[in-house]
Amino acid sequence: MKFFKNKNGSIYTSNNLGDIFFEKITGFFAAVVLILVILMAYEMYAGAKPSIEKFGWGFLVSSAWDPVREMFGALPIIYGTIVSSMLALLISVPLSIGVAVFLSEIAPSWLEKPASYLVELLAGIPSVVYGLWGIFVLVPWIRNDVQPFLSQNFGFLPFFQGPPYGFGLLAAVLILSIMILPIIASISRDIIRSVPHDQREAALALGATKWESILIVLKEVKSGILGASMLGLGRAVGETMAVTMVIGNRPLISASLFDPSYTMASAIANEFTEATSDMYISSLIHLALVLFVITIIINALARLLVWSMDRKWKTVR
Amino acid sequence: MEIKIAVKNLNAFYGKNKVLKNVSIDIPQNKVLAIIGPSGCGKSTFLRCLNRMHEVVGGTVQGSIMLDGEDITRKDPVLVRRRLGMIFQKPNPFPTMSIFDNVAAGLKYNGKTDKKETAEIVEKSLKQAALWDEVKDSLEQSGINLSGGQQQRLCIARTLAIQPEVILMDEPASALDPISTTKIEDLIFELKKNYTIVIVTHNMQQASRVSDFTAFLYMGELIEYDATKKIFTSPELKQTEDYVRGRFG
Amino acid sequence: MENGAMKSNLYLYKKKIINLIMLSLSVLAAVISIIPLIFIIYYTVSKGISHLNIDFFIEMPKPVGEPGGGMANAIVGTLIMLGIGGSIGIPVGMSAGIYLSEFGKNKFGNVVRFFADVLSGVPSIVVGVVVYSLVVIPMKQFSALAGGIALGIIMIPTITRTTDEMIKIVPQSLRETALSLGIPKWKTTVSIVLKTAWKGIATGILLALSRAAGETAPLLFTALGNRFWSTSIGQPIASLTVYIYDYAKAPFEDWNNQAWTAALVLIILISILSLLFKIITRSRYNIKQ
Repeated sequence: MKFFKNKNGSIYTSNNLGDIFFEKITGFFAAVVLILVILMAYEMYAGAKPSIEKFGWGFLVSSAWDPVREMFGALPIIYGTIVSSMLALLISVPLSIGVAVFLSEIAPSWLEKPASYLVELLAGIPSVVYGLWGIFVLVPWIRNDVQPFLSQNFGFLPFFQGPPYGFGLLAAVLILSIMILPIIASISRDIIRSVPHDQREAALALGATKWESILIVLKEVKSGILGASMLGLGRAVGETMAVTMVIGNRPLISASLFDPSYTMASAIANEFTEATSDMYISSLIHLALVLFVITIIINALARLLVWSMDRKWKTVR
Repeated sequence: MEIKIAVKNLNAFYGKNKVLKNVSIDIPQNKVLAIIGPSGCGKSTFLRCLNRMHEVVGGTVQGSIMLDGEDITRKDPVLVRRRLGMIFQKPNPFPTMSIFDNVAAGLKYNGKTDKKETAEIVEKSLKQAALWDEVKDSLEQSGINLSGGQQQRLCIARTLAIQPEVILMDEPASALDPISTTKIEDLIFELKKNYTIVIVTHNMQQASRVSDFTAFLYMGELIEYDATKKIFTSPELKQTEDYVRGRFG
Repeated sequence: MENGAMKSNLYLYKKKIINLIMLSLSVLAAVISIIPLIFIIYYTVSKGISHLNIDFFIEMPKPVGEPGGGMANAIVGTLIMLGIGGSIGIPVGMSAGIYLSEFGKNKFGNVVRFFADVLSGVPSIVVGVVVYSLVVIPMKQFSALAGGIALGIIMIPTITRTTDEMIKIVPQSLRETALSLGIPKWKTTVSIVLKTAWKGIATGILLALSRAAGETAPLLFTALGNRFWSTSIGQPIASLTVYIYDYAKAPFEDWNNQAWTAALVLIILISILSLLFKIITRSRYNIKQ
């Protein structure tokens, strides 16, 4: 009597030497991916250790970012990261949903190819080119048109006060919104498409208008779109070059969108090569570790949401 | 009559689901054995156990399958499969290969590289599969562009090229039109001179036309196994008679 | 009776208006989203093209004040680092992807899949920091090698996941056929499954390469940059993206203009990459689904 063992859930077992070697060697590289992530976490922890030991959790809540006195508190930087990416999300998500609905429900089918090509193109433009455009086109426009307009009409609000530099939080928010829009829109579009077509037809047959049938679909895919937005958030939080080039790079907590600000990624990019003391470098690595942890959490949540969407429709089908 | 494959107490599982229960069959050499039974009776699983394909989809097996006196459940599946070729329900030529490369695929990946010999075997196999005259001028074209019947004969040629001893056919004509089906059946008649053939079919007429022996499976159990003539004219069991007369299944 | 009819008419009317408004809003959103793209492309092409000439590709950067010059060293530097990155990212990513799709239906496979996703979400600047402490500090030197390794790490998750996905959609029947011919599993995977999935995998590789070509952040403190000609992988090396960054921030108009040209060249390079792969991967036979 003999059992074919089904070890590792692999679909095939063999005593063929080539096969065994093949599984081992590809498995080794799969392990490399895993080891790489662990190694990254460890390296950063090791590099950040002096800063962690000196500042502890105070690193996250103190606002002293002072290389001269070697005092490092990342609160303004964390604040800038959260505010810039959240505001970008606020602009991008509604637009993305609009675009996704347009592409999946309204646009004629011939538009599909050029539209997906455009999305690809947008996603393919390097961050530093967005930054270049930001410096020479977006920032002057904000300085000369947007900020004067806002301070004249809404200047009583704390968000729109101060001198119009152009460089600052507002520019960073706008450029981030442009950059994360294609990601959120294209994932949302795929998710909306994954809803079986008969659901829309059922709604239409009951006398619903097109919009009402779309609304039914959107309600179905809520968590998927939330996941797509989280992926966009993850991207915004880690976005470096474009933000560094337009945000003004000053660790400042201010209600005004006109003021310069800082993000974790831009602080690292901007100061790492200039950091002279060990504690300075250690603090920057500490910042990288915080950024690493935050993006992992955001991405894990996002994947879970998008995956749950996938599975939902697979079982329905 | 020589026995080519002796199956003893074969049990097959998908996970905890037992799909074959204690099946024992002696398969005679150079004859055609037809396996019949309603869908889900385990006839395809039985076939796939014979060349160790059952485990490819994650199944497990208990019992013994003796091929010329050797238990294939204890041997390297790669070697087993070279001796038992398989034809699938849907014709499935390799989409990235030409007609020639399709037939040569088994040879090439089994380490045979002599070009002249390969060309000879390809021609011989295509002739055996009664396809040579139709494709001899288009050997470099993709196999995908052939008709369904031609594709299936291409797959048969591909299997013949590795010179197996047994050919397993899993409803080889069920996706084909009547004329192509006739061609395949004629082919089976020719092939049994040199090969032992096991064919799974849900088509009763086909079973009675092409096979020498017939086994009737039901719910994973072997109900009756005898000469085809006997099964279709005067089976021992009422259950078998009901099935071959089309009263259930 | 009449009243009821009017009421339902009004209700229908309202429904239709809302429908119209919402659909228009969706179209508007699409239009608004397109505008920045058009502006970015327009500025990059119009500003970049005015200084685009053959010198840009064959000359070295000129000091401040001297007009002209090019970025030959940066173009070569970008290509060298892409080469290093590719020779790390492609084999590792593809092998890991093959493992995941062919053997990875187990716990280990799921963990690796999750970690690949994690890795793809890690900001590239973080990868730069890690490579700095892993490669630059031990070598006591910024180098093309460090930059290439950083790009390679960034490429891995994209290639892993596309390989995994693309191999998965190869029909199981194809594998079974090959196995039934007595072809060993590894040969089946390499010669038949990979061959069938090659187009999709190549697209993933292209995507990873073109993204890597546009990366700046992980190069800032790994490859650093170099104003001189260097092809040594042990030395700091120039790249188009770092040049764009430096020249965009510089207070010299000449340099600003060069930055635009570099941006245009970079986008052209990325487009060529995609074109190249499309030509290479045009298969001999079309696969009918």
